[in-house]
Amino acid sequence: MSKTNQPDNTPVPTFRDQLLAGFRASEERMNGESKSALHQVRRAALQTFETLGFPTIKHEEWKYSNVAGLINKAYELEQPSALTAEELDVLQIPNLSGNILYFVNGQYRADLSRIVSPASEVQILSFREAMSEQSEAVGAYFSRLADFQDNAFTALNTAFAFDGVFIRVPDNKTVAEPIVMRFINDAREANVAAQPRNLIIAGRNAEVKVIESYRTLGEQSSFTNTVTEVSVARDARVEYYKVQNDTEQAYHIGTTQVRQADSSLFYSATVTLNGGFVRNNLNIVLDGEHCEAHMYGLYIPNGRQHIDNHTLVDHAKPNSYSNELYKGILEERSTGVFNGKIFVRPDAQKTNAYQSCKNVVLSPDATMNTKPQLEIYADDVKCSHGTTTGKLNEEALFYMQSRGIPKQQAQTLLMYAFAEDVLNKIKIDPIREYLEKVVAQKLAI
Amino acid sequence: MLTISDLQANIGEKQILKGINLTVNAGEVHAIMGPNGSGKSTLASVLAGREDYDITGGSVDFEGKDLLDMAPEERAAEGIFLAFQYPVEIPGVSTTNFLKTAMNEIRKYRGQDPLDAVQFLKLMKEKMKLVNIDQSLLSRALNEGFSGGEKKRNEVFQMAMLEPKLAILDETDSGLDIDALRIVAEGVNKLRSPERATIVVTHYQRLLDYIVPDFVHVLYKGRIVKSGPKELALELEEKGYDWIKAEVEAGV
Repeated sequence: MSKTNQPDNTPVPTFRDQLLAGFRASEERMNGESKSALHQVRRAALQTFETLGFPTIKHEEWKYSNVAGLINKAYELEQPSALTAEELDVLQIPNLSGNILYFVNGQYRADLSRIVSPASEVQILSFREAMSEQSEAVGAYFSRLADFQDNAFTALNTAFAFDGVFIRVPDNKTVAEPIVMRFINDAREANVAAQPRNLIIAGRNAEVKVIESYRTLGEQSSFTNTVTEVSVARDARVEYYKVQNDTEQAYHIGTTQVRQADSSLFYSATVTLNGGFVRNNLNIVLDGEHCEAHMYGLYIPNGRQHIDNHTLVDHAKPNSYSNELYKGILEERSTGVFNGKIFVRPDAQKTNAYQSCKNVVLSPDATMNTKPQLEIYADDVKCSHGTTTGKLNEEALFYMQSRGIPKQQAQTLLMYAFAEDVLNKIKIDPIREYLEKVVAQKLAI
Repeated sequence: MLTISDLQANIGEKQILKGINLTVNAGEVHAIMGPNGSGKSTLASVLAGREDYDITGGSVDFEGKDLLDMAPEERAAEGIFLAFQYPVEIPGVSTTNFLKTAMNEIRKYRGQDPLDAVQFLKLMKEKMKLVNIDQSLLSRALNEGFSGGEKKRNEVFQMAMLEPKLAILDETDSGLDIDALRIVAEGVNKLRSPERATIVVTHYQRLLDYIVPDFVHVLYKGRIVKSGPKELALELEEKGYDWIKAEVEAGV
């Protein structure tokens, strides 16, 4: 029975109370696990969450993203779903081969998933499995990258870190097939919450491509709070894509925390097609020399959608390179936020860091807030940043019209070309083609 | 083909065109000259349908239809082409893709079937020769990073592809060296035919050495104050615009 179906005079517990009770209940079900080191981390994280509470807009990092609407609801924390393989069919990305892992309402669904890469190439496990089968590796990385001390959502996710994906690529291995993680919230019956916790460990000179995809079904509210920790060892190469196509009633908070060692490459694209409230944190620590980090982003909100991208590149060592390009197209009453931090530590001489955020606001009721934040403590560096927010180029529209192209279509062509700049950075063809199609449909107005 | 009667247009509160009268017949080339700020480019823009201007009076008839009532894309489909003084850079859209979209939209308007890829490429090859433009330029994003000469040549190439009934060249000579000017003018001349008309808007006479007009009109303070044969252009080149200004001020 869904909490939302209760009569109005029954006080609905706040989400916070519900979470605290949920944590206690899960502890009571544990046997020996409650004594484990991993669970001590969960406990500490819960305490931090209790102390911090959910952020308000008074918090500098949450100034433009108000989570009040998210936390004043109750959610089912462990809602079972009868979602079948047939129902998933419509959600498939055409022609996408490889490993596919399905999570429904936060729980791994082995029956729906498919692992094709040989175990010699990569270990792919659910986080739950990894806790027992790979406890040493989990212990070595879990919560070591994503600090929860000053982040309520990361603390909350850490406290509830029970399921998600564990990927470990041994040294010198290249994973031929991509690994697709599909997180589906089935909100057809009730408000649901899911908190996936993922750990990606790329060994020395290893190579892997991973995709996180988020999708909500149904009209009830959905809350996803995800944390992905990525460790990129020396000479390793990780391609990371995050694709979001959620409903207007979906709240998504996601943190991807990356640490790169010497001469490693992290290449990412975050594409948000739809979502009621989206907050993506992409934090990269370049903890080695001669690293390369690429960050691309595209968001195209309409209606009352709110999409917030916070990125942080921390140049901790010399001689590394980071490049960032985020683009947004905002329609109707939508809002967008881009906050891009670049730190260049005193030791990080010869850093090259570039950041660019470009936005087109198509409606007078849409709003975009951009904030580049560069803190440079080394003196021999090349850093640049630029943000632009403007309307569609009227002169270009007229030019196209004067050649016979109707205004609506000219606008679509211009917008699509604007978006394509980011989409063509996606190196997995079926993903790029799928996104190009959905973006074209959405922009066709 | 085109009859402009007492055309008046404002930008904001400021009146730019103060009553233009001009008739252009098929096969003719008309040059519109005049000092800076006289309203030449405004006239070209108003004919193509730029929205920045308010039409406050007069009418424009194009082949029996009210031109001012049409959206820019309808005017294009009816056969009007404006070669821009400053062609716009459009990142991410190749000239080829752009032109294919434009041509097929125009064909749709006219009730014709779209061109398939083979027909389109064949036509493109043919017209590329006409204006001596390179394939590599057309694969690039429209006008992006093109030199001044390349942009103007691309305008003439688009004109050759779209085969308009009335071509309006807005200061096509600006920013061109003499070689580029000659190539562009040759392209325009190859498109001249008894069915088509051209309006050449220019500040200087030099373009008219290559695109020889049938009529020359002088626009000053929003009106056509003098019209004559092609020799008028030479006279303007020699004597400048001051004598015309003086005539107008004296009320001649």
